[in-house]
Amino acid sequence: MSDEHGGHEKAGIFRTYVWSTNHKMIGKQFLVTSFVFLFIAGFLVLSLRWQLANPGKPVPVLGRLIFATAEQREKAPKDIADAEKELAAAKDDAAKKKAQENLDNANKRAAGLGAVNDQQFIMLTSMHGSLMIFFVIIPILVGAFGNFLIPLHVGTHDMAFPILNAASYWVFWLACVFAIAGFAVEGGAASAGWTMYSTLSELGGPGQTMWLISLTLVGFSSIMGAVNYLTTILKMRAPGLSMWRLPLTTWAQFITAVLQLLATPVLAGALIMLSCDRLLGTHFFTPGGLMATYVPQPHSGGNVLLWQHVFWFYSHPAVYILVLPAMGMASDLLAVGARKAIFGYKAMVYSITAIAGLGFIVWAHHMFMSGMKPGLGTAFMISTMLIALPSAIKVFNWLGTLWRGSIRFDTPTLNALSFVSMFIIGGLSGIFMAATPVDIFIHDTYYIVAHFHYVVFGGSLFAVFGAVFFWFPKMFGRMMNPMLGKLHWFLSFVFFNLTFFPMHIIGAGGHMRRVQIGDYDWLAPFHSWNVFITHSAIVLGFSQILFVFNFFWSMYKGKPAEANPWQSNTLEWSIPSPAPEHNYHVIPEVYNGPYEYGVAGDKEYLPQTEKSAGPPAAH
Amino acid sequence: MSHADAAAAHGHDGGEDHAVTFERARFGMWLFIASEIMMFGAFIAVYIVLRMSMPQEVVDYSKEVLSHTFHLALINTFILIASSYTVVRGVNAMSKGNKGHCEDMLILTAALGLLFLVLKGVEYAAKFDHGIGPSHNVFFSCYFLMTGFHGLHVLIGVILLPWCAFYVEKFDAHHYAHVENLALYWHFVDVVWIFLFPIVYLL
Ligand code: HEM
Ligand SMILES: [Cu+2]
Repeated sequence: MSDEHGGHEKAGIFRTYVWSTNHKMIGKQFLVTSFVFLFIAGFLVLSLRWQLANPGKPVPVLGRLIFATAEQREKAPKDIADAEKELAAAKDDAAKKKAQENLDNANKRAAGLGAVNDQQFIMLTSMHGSLMIFFVIIPILVGAFGNFLIPLHVGTHDMAFPILNAASYWVFWLACVFAIAGFAVEGGAASAGWTMYSTLSELGGPGQTMWLISLTLVGFSSIMGAVNYLTTILKMRAPGLSMWRLPLTTWAQFITAVLQLLATPVLAGALIMLSCDRLLGTHFFTPGGLMATYVPQPHSGGNVLLWQHVFWFYSHPAVYILVLPAMGMASDLLAVGARKAIFGYKAMVYSITAIAGLGFIVWAHHMFMSGMKPGLGTAFMISTMLIALPSAIKVFNWLGTLWRGSIRFDTPTLNALSFVSMFIIGGLSGIFMAATPVDIFIHDTYYIVAHFHYVVFGGSLFAVFGAVFFWFPKMFGRMMNPMLGKLHWFLSFVFFNLTFFPMHIIGAGGHMRRVQIGDYDWLAPFHSWNVFITHSAIVLGFSQILFVFNFFWSMYKGKPAEANPWQSNTLEWSIPSPAPEHNYHVIPEVYNGPYEYGVAGDKEYLPQTEKSAGPPAAH
Repeated sequence: MSHADAAAAHGHDGGEDHAVTFERARFGMWLFIASEIMMFGAFIAVYIVLRMSMPQEVVDYSKEVLSHTFHLALINTFILIASSYTVVRGVNAMSKGNKGHCEDMLILTAALGLLFLVLKGVEYAAKFDHGIGPSHNVFFSCYFLMTGFHGLHVLIGVILLPWCAFYVEKFDAHHYAHVENLALYWHFVDVVWIFLFPIVYLL
């Protein structure tokens, strides 16, 4: 066994950092890759926001390089020079006037060079959404934290199938390559929205196909991950660690993995069918007699709405993939931060399960306005509203956990508190939209944009900020800087709300999503709102640099971490920081649940590996 | 054996044995099959929805075209059922430690799979000869998608079976997870066909 250790220490750079089968390294690979995509997708959306605040003006700094072609850049000064020559040569007044006009036009074109045009605008929204969901939030929550924490939390050496695990990362990596390459093909990346509704998605350029390939690969990567997580959690728990002694983080990963296993293949199937439509000329999602710009299209006879059904059958469960792991991690951070047991541990587990289960029967709430049978709308309205129940149970349990706790307001806890409060707002707006009559009014407006940013950014991403800060010592053996952490939390929290709260207002006011503002007169009254939102978004975006700086700086210069810096009970804190290559030298024996805080005796907390001295104190 | 894989499989202190790895691998295979069921389920659901809204004359016409090669599909059904039997014989032989017989059975299964693919190829060729491809109409979109995806799974099996047979010599009597998992996969592929055959060719 020590021998094996020796072998590992000698593993080359390639086996350590590239083709590593160690779950912790794979988790870190997912984490860093997703950070890169966080910035790419963030840049896309800031360009888009810039355009909403400054219609027709070029995006500063990078705009000319990215949103104008080399040809346009070369042509602009030539046009101006030509027009000037013409003006100088003009003889009579009429010619002068015409030449002046030409010059003005050339100048205007040059000044607008690097602004986002309509086609680019819709591409930006599509790719921002797709990248954030499939290349940032899911890989961070599931790929990074799922990988890093599951074997630690169940008390074992590694995942059940380490090679499959590495393959899952590298398939994801291939997907990243296709996603990026999409920008380089003719006509640019996919631009039919992240939902890729037919028929726009059937007709778009090759970027659309790249998107389809890349998402199919992401899907396969997720399925491989899910097989691993489920097997590891069910078959490899340490002695004494019953399912009811698992921390909520791992419970949430478990339920999420079930969703991934059963919902992702449906997405893969849908993507394959859409690809067949585009590449082989099949007719799954194309309507009969389809015309595009007055040209009859060869496909015919499929069902356009069917795509929406299949897509949302996956993508509603997927929004829970986007939030359940965050709920689990926030629960753990709150229990540690409040020094109290989770209020209603079993209720938490049951409600996660209920959310996941109900998640499969609510998909058509995205389609109230699609032309689907109105009677179906009512059924889906009711099932959607039912989801609010388990969500509310969770919220009350978080509040119950905080109640009379001695809360430490450190960075992880602050972020977890933000998670809870932002999730409440997002959940409440969800109920509004679940009501069909209300949704008819706000569907496809910024209200929806506000809703899902409150749950995904306000919820999941804040939980991720907290979780990265919390588990950083176990990953890298150092602490992140708390001052920078708090500053980053504060700026993010304030500017997040300044950015997204007003979207409820303009959405209810009728501002449609995914539209370029310059084109529509009726959007003019929203201009000052848009300017305000854009400025907040820019500060929000740039605040994230603090986080990334803190992350990489602390990796080398952070304060060295002790084994259990947060006085937490779960198994991973019983081993040194950073976690050794094989986690546990000897598989630990587990005696308690994960939330024994404020127990009697000389200790304020009782790690899962320690036998309790006496009966737990009554509260 | 110094890589993480080995360490995880055998346990750091050598405590976990082959039975445990075996059990895990089989469980993982079941999970994989569950996700495959969802994917074929999506295809079949889409087929059902499209089929229900298909004009009768399209259905009649497509059925007429299919009926020309019905006998091939029928023979193929029997071939796959037979191959399920041979793969079970293979697993049984392995559990009794009879490696030679196991090898033979795996190869025989692969041969049956190959025969299935050849007949499928003849069936496809008959369609293509009449200019009927996936873009012909909605029925044939579904037909080619479902049978094509199933065929792809058969192909993967046909590649994995001989590959596994090649390694059978090296497995010990208690460590034949590969054989069992492969058999499980093969049964799954057969069962998919048992569903596809009636809904595509009969109904
Ligand atoms: C109380 C719980 C929730 C309810 C009742 C709810 C309800 C809804 C409804 C009815 C819509 C469709 C609105 C429309 O397009 O007209 C919607 C959209 C959306 N929801 Fe939720 N939701 C809830 C929680 C969540 C959570 C937890 C997430 C993600 C973590 C989420 C993510 C989304 C996204 C991404 C969309 C927009 C999809 C798009 O059209 O691009 N929701 N929600
Ligand atoms: Cu939904």
